[in-house]
Order: sequence, then structure tokens, then C-alpha cells
Amino acid sequence: MASQLVESSVAESVLAVAMANGGEFAEIFAEDRRSTSAGLDDGRVEQVTSGRDRGAGIRVVVGETTGYAYTSDLTERGLETAARAAAAAAKGGGKGVKVVALGSPSSHPVNNIDVDPTSVAKARKVELLLEANEAARSVDGAIVQVSAGYSDARREILVANTEGVFATDAQVRTAFRVSVVANGDSGMQTGYESLGHTMGFELFDRHKVADVGLAAANQAITKLRARPAPSGAMPVVIKCGSGGVLFHEACGHGLEADLIAKGASVYRDRVGQLVASPLVTLVDDGTMSGEWGAIGIDDEGNPSQYNVLIQDGVLTDYMWDYLRARKEGHKVSGNGRRQNYTYLPMVRMTNTYVLNGTEDPEAIVRDTPNGVYVAKLGGGSVNTATGDFVFGMTEAYLIENGQITEPLREGNLIGNGPQVLQDIDLLGNDFAMGSPGTCGKDGQGVPVGDGQPTLRVKSLTIGGTAA
Amino acid sequence: MSSLQEIVDRVVGQAKPGEQVEAFASRGGETSIRVYEGEVEHFVSAQSEGIGIRVIREGRTGFAYAGTLDESAIAEVLSEARDNVAFGTPDEWAGLAEPDGVEPVPQVLWSDALEQFPTAKKIDLAKELERLAIAADSRVRVDEADYQDGWGEVAVATTTGIRRAGRENAANVSVGTLAEDGEDTQTGFGFSVGRDPALFDLQKAAREAADRATRLLGAIKPPSKKVTVVLDPYVTAQFLGVISSTLSGEAVIKGRSLFANRLGEVVASPLITLIDDPTNPLAYTATDLDGEGLAARRNMLIESGRLNQFVHSSYSARRAGTASTGNAVRGGYAGGTPGAGCLAMQLAPGTRSQEQLIADVSDGVLIQMVQGLHSGVNPISGDFSTGASGLLIKDGKIGAPVREFTIASTLQRMLLDVVEVGGDIDWLPSRAAGVSLVINDVMMSGE
Repeated sequence: MASQLVESSVAESVLAVAMANGGEFAEIFAEDRRSTSAGLDDGRVEQVTSGRDRGAGIRVVVGETTGYAYTSDLTERGLETAARAAAAAAKGGGKGVKVVALGSPSSHPVNNIDVDPTSVAKARKVELLLEANEAARSVDGAIVQVSAGYSDARREILVANTEGVFATDAQVRTAFRVSVVANGDSGMQTGYESLGHTMGFELFDRHKVADVGLAAANQAITKLRARPAPSGAMPVVIKCGSGGVLFHEACGHGLEADLIAKGASVYRDRVGQLVASPLVTLVDDGTMSGEWGAIGIDDEGNPSQYNVLIQDGVLTDYMWDYLRARKEGHKVSGNGRRQNYTYLPMVRMTNTYVLNGTEDPEAIVRDTPNGVYVAKLGGGSVNTATGDFVFGMTEAYLIENGQITEPLREGNLIGNGPQVLQDIDLLGNDFAMGSPGTCGKDGQGVPVGDGQPTLRVKSLTIGGTAA
Repeated sequence: MSSLQEIVDRVVGQAKPGEQVEAFASRGGETSIRVYEGEVEHFVSAQSEGIGIRVIREGRTGFAYAGTLDESAIAEVLSEARDNVAFGTPDEWAGLAEPDGVEPVPQVLWSDALEQFPTAKKIDLAKELERLAIAADSRVRVDEADYQDGWGEVAVATTTGIRRAGRENAANVSVGTLAEDGEDTQTGFGFSVGRDPALFDLQKAAREAADRATRLLGAIKPPSKKVTVVLDPYVTAQFLGVISSTLSGEAVIKGRSLFANRLGEVVASPLITLIDDPTNPLAYTATDLDGEGLAARRNMLIESGRLNQFVHSSYSARRAGTASTGNAVRGGYAGGTPGAGCLAMQLAPGTRSQEQLIADVSDGVLIQMVQGLHSGVNPISGDFSTGASGLLIKDGKIGAPVREFTIASTLQRMLLDVVEVGGDIDWLPSRAAGVSLVINDVMMSGE
């Protein structure tokens, strides 16, 4: 591997400059991200893109105030200029005395990368697009448009702070997506399928892009005969590996310590209490090898962890970053993340999932006389202060007399987090992780994963148009 | 330091015979201040820069970018972009924009007052906004009060003769509120935007943030039924944002617009006249240039309910056999080939106030916030379903606050079901201006 992003001696002197006006804490976050993407649309490989983003952000904490400055100049001079700007922004009053000796950085890889995507010919990446396009179009003459995208990124980070944290990580992510338009008598419908893992090009030894194309196409074709979704509250069964976003929105965000600290979460002051059905054990796990939200270290230099948030329905802990943990005298949990070096870190999820229950997933459907079966969820969002959240259903079916019947048109489902967690009344034994996601918070997006077994919520409001 | 124009000119000067080259470079800076409980929680101050280079050869396109303007990095970007050309599929319509003789309408996009606005006053604005919001109502707390400003300059040059540069700056303050009453918590927000922070209306921002949160206290989940909805201007602006993707020339040529092949037909209520006009200085996204360096211009998209035209970039226009409408949109230096999109939409306003509109509604809901436009709305199929909160309307009067419900219809039907456009146009900080909108026959899903 190439030389260290920032040499130890440089990091030491930059931290000293950052603390020159006093303060409790200073940090350097350096990043070098190389990416390749390729897009196909309308039968053509439209463009192959190469990108390089490289820079560092310097954070200085004085009292309750954080000063932050960033630069794309990773030389000692560039970093010191940013350090002075961050120190000035934090408005330290006194004289700095803190000196830190960093030694060599540590690393905590959660998985090996077998085939670095940068070592793979671009022509091979483009071939994947053509394979997926062909597979999707082969499904049905009603498929009128296909777009496919390939992307890989290698993100090297280095974190050094005045508490002696000094760590590096290389995060390699590879992803593939296909979206499809089908045209029928009732208008156009869309299908979408994606694949994304924290791994290298070996991703495509384990998964066939043709299958991604087929799945997207089949979804669109099925929806051509979809009828309007019902309207109002009813039981909802969510297929394994498709509904982790439910927990991400219904409670994940509400368990982030920065929102807790400001009283902007319905889960404030609820540790030790029953907040969910006793069936539910919820985990946030940055160590989950190969998953989209996996990280060796978080963007504050702390190793990722397996954190149990809810155990048998009881709230056990929140997720923490450095600032919140320091203030509350708590341990960090490896959840301090940021989109890139131009942003401050904050509390973020990694891979958030619900552990297996005991029910046979088919029996869950059979035991539901009428309701909705959601086979694929879209995105979602939550107001953590009220707990109200929505998520989209991109592939769903009616359940009639315990049978999955007709496909439904798209729509949102809406619920209230604490209520929905209580209302989970059946939990399957078929745990699966879901599709790669990008979680947005305060303008920053980070890669996250989610997962769950098939489950039933005894009442959720379906936002359809049918009476 | 070289000017951006010099940098992009130098890149374009290196084009080889048979090669089209476009260079787009930008530099910018930001200040971002968050105040909490009277103290600065964070203060971010930084500058960034970058360049994106597009190369087209024999109909094949390659692109590369880097977040730096370092000379050696620029050389690497050009070489990567050239390398990437080999992998594209030849496209007979691929090409860069060409000067079309339309002169840009000058806009005032830069404020010296903002550039010189002192840092201490920026902090004071955020602190003052926090104070005002808390003072507005005893039930209100503030979880974030922010001041943000940014400046940016861009330059673009192409081998086809485009050579443009510009700069702009802007600032905003915003506040997020929590209203609490017993077990019940609701949230709100308020903001003020502009190029001169001295003109911010902090009182109004604080009042709106407090009102948005307190008016939802005690909100109930409504029953499920068909209703008339009155969209607040803020919600209408978001609705227009969804509509805009159906009017993109790129979506049309690639078969992703539900309005493809419908030019000249009635697609909306005769009350709907939709214009994209970035030359209007009142528009928040007013601009003189589009993403390819062509003059931004006024385009009539829907005229009295009839679909008049789509918006085009040079690429979508070439494929559609028409001319660019100056609507190329580019996602910064890293964004690659520009797409086609609306720049500054507005509905031709009606004449009456929101209060007067509500007075005519017998059974409806005033929708004040929506949640999940990204997850339950599909602009290709037209399915529209979104979480919402607001106030019930009964016999022309405002009633109980409601939350945790959805409103649903299809985009096609909603445009046809518009029964009135308000006169209360509001130039919100988005790509579309807001105005109250009354729409019949929308399904409300609650209990």
C-alpha cells in the first residue's frame, strides 16, 4: 500500500497547531477516495467516470464549541492553515499545552478485499452493464427502458486526535443497480434492484448481474397488473431482507445520542424500559463483514462494534459519537461517521438489523386473513421527535384469506415508531440482510445496511388510493 | 493563483484533433454556524475547489474529476477522461453545447455586503433567532439555530466555443423547534434567505417555526376518506419539484416521462400555467447561465392546462430534433454529463388568499407538511402517496390538527383536479416558487 496519508510527525505538529489557542480536543480526519463509475441507459454505455477526492478536516473543541475547517491540501502547510482556521473558529481563550505522541496508526479491518476494483479493467466493468441490460430486456417485450450503473470506491482514511487515537482504514465498496421501465395498458411501471457490499470485485463472483437485471424487470412487469393500494390501517407482513428500513426509521434514528441529548427523540429517558414487542432484539453492527454499512473504524478513529440497542423489547443503549459520549461519560460505540472530509462527524447507524424469531414465514402469511404483503421497501424518513415515520413500498401484494394475491401500486406506509415496535406480533426465522442504502441526516449521506426476518405488524396505515 | 477561466481555457487548449473537450471548474467557500442554548455548538469555515473534464470522440463520452485545481492533478483528470472515452458506446447525438446567440439576462448574483459581513454578526444572527423562537411561545424549545453562507465561482470552456464564468453568494438562517405539551411533542422550522443578512426577517422565521410546531399539538390521526386538499405554498413547491421530472426532455427522449407524446394536449386544469423562468430575479434559483454555459431563459411549460414544451439540454434537444432551452443542469464539477431539468418554476398565481380558498372548502385538509416524497412518489408511473400533517377543514373553517396520515392520488389526476391556484406566491428557497393550491378528490388514509 502507498505511504500513510499523513505522516505521524506531521499529524503531531498539526494537532499542536490546532491546540495552540487552548481547547480540550483536536482531531485530524484525512481521506483519499478514488472511485470509478459507469452508467448504461437506453442501450448505450453513456459514460465512464473516474473520480478523486482527497483532503482533510480539522476539528478543535473548546468547551461546548466545535471549530471545523477542511482543505484539499494535505501538505503540512495546508493542514496547519486548516488547523489555525479551526482553532480560530472554536475561539479558544488560553494557551495550548497538550502534546501528543502518535507512534504508528492502528487498523481494524473487518474483512479482506480479495480483488481490488482498481485492478480490474474498465472494459470488464462495462461488460457487466451490458449483461444486466440484456437480461432485463429478455424478460418481456413490455420492458421499454433499462438503466444500469456500476460503481466502486476505495476510501482510505486516517484519524489522529489529541487523546492518542491514531488509526487508518481502507474501505472498499462495490455496487451495481438496475432500474427498468415497463409499459402496459395501464401506463408505465418501474422496477429497481441493487447489489452493494463492502468488498471488492469478488462481489460479481458471488452474485450475477443478470439476476439483478431479471429481478428489476420482473418487478416492473408484475406491477403492470397492479391495482391501487388500499387505504387505511391494516396488518402488514414484511418479507425478510426487505424491511430493515422500518427499524432504521421507526427507532434507529431515535436512538442516536445527539438527538437524545437535545430531547429530539421519543426514546429519551427510556433505557431499561420495554419499548418494543418482546420478540424484538435490535442490533447495530459495524463489524458485519462485507455488508454495505461495515467499517473497520468509524470516522473518529474508533473500531466499529456490535451494539445491542434493544434486547427482547427492552431498550439497552443508544448509539454514540465522541462528543456525546464525552459529555455523558459514556463509552463511544463506533458510530461517529461523516460523508467525507468536508463534514463534521455525528452519530450514525452502520448495519442495523433485527435478529431471528421462531415463526415459519409462510405460516405468518397463512395466519393473516387480510392485509398487505410487502416484498420490497423503498426509502423512508422519520421525525424523531414525534416518532412519525414513512417508508415506501415498491413491491407489495394484497393478502386475502391468508394467501398472497394481487400486486399493488406504489405508495407510502405511515406509522409511529414506538407504536409500531409494540405492534410487531409475529417474527420469522428467515433472517436476511437487505439492499444497500444511503442514510441521510443533516445533509450528509453515509452507506448503511439493514436486515430482518419476515415479520408482521398488526396495524400500519397504507397510503393507497383505493377505499 | 490562476483564474478559473484561465484554468479551463488551458485544458480546452490541449484538445487533440477530432476530440471535443469541455472543462468545468469551480471554487467555493462556506461558513456554517450552529447555536444551541446560547452558545456556538459548531463553526465550520472552509473552502473547496475542483474540476470536471468531459471528452467526446467519435460519439463516445468519457469523464473524470478531481477535488483540486492542482496542475498535476488536472493533467491526470484529462488523461483519465480520455482513457474513459474508449468504453462508451458511440452515440450519434453525443456532443457539447454550441453558442446559440442568446444573450444571458444579467442577474445580481453577488453581494459585496454579504462578502464583508462580519463573523461576529453571523453568530449574533443565529443566537438572536434562537432567542426569538423560544420567546415566541412558552411551549417551544429550539434544537438547532443555524446561520449558513456560501460563495462559489465557476468557469466553463469547450472546444465548441462556449466560454463563460460567473460567481454568486447567498446566506440563510434557519431554526428547528420542538413544542411540548404534556406527553405530546411536535416539531417546526422557520428560515430566512437572501444575499444580505442585514435584511433577514428573524421575527417571521421565529414566528413560523413556533407556529408550525404548536399548531400540531394535540393532533389526531384522521379517518380515511376522499377529501379536498389545500396545499400550503411550501408543500406546493415540493409538489412542483416532483412534476418537474416529468417535463425533462431527457426523461422524454428516454421514455421515462408520463407526458411523452402529449405535447399540445390538455394535461392539467385550465387554471394551471407553469413557467420555468430563471431570469426572474425574484426566484431563489434565478441564474444567467445553465449548466452548459448557455443563457438561462424563460420557458412556458404548461399554458392554461395545455402541455406547451419540455425543457432541454443540448443533448436531449439534439435527440428530440429541437434546440436547447437553456436547461442543462449539472451536479457541480463531479457531476458528469449535464442532464435536462427545470431551473426556477412558478405557477401563474390566482387572486385569492389562502383564507379565502379555505372558506370554499366543505370537507378537506390544509396540508402544511409532507414526509416521504422520495419514497412514495413515482414520477414515471405517476403514483403519488406521501405522509402528511396539517389541519382539518370543515365547512370553510379550520378545525383540528391532524398527523400520521397519507394523501394519495396520481400526478396525472392531481394536475387535472386542481380547482384553484392562490394569489399568495412565495419565493421559497427551492427550484419552485410556492403558492396555495386546492386539489379535489385526494385520498386521505388514516385510521
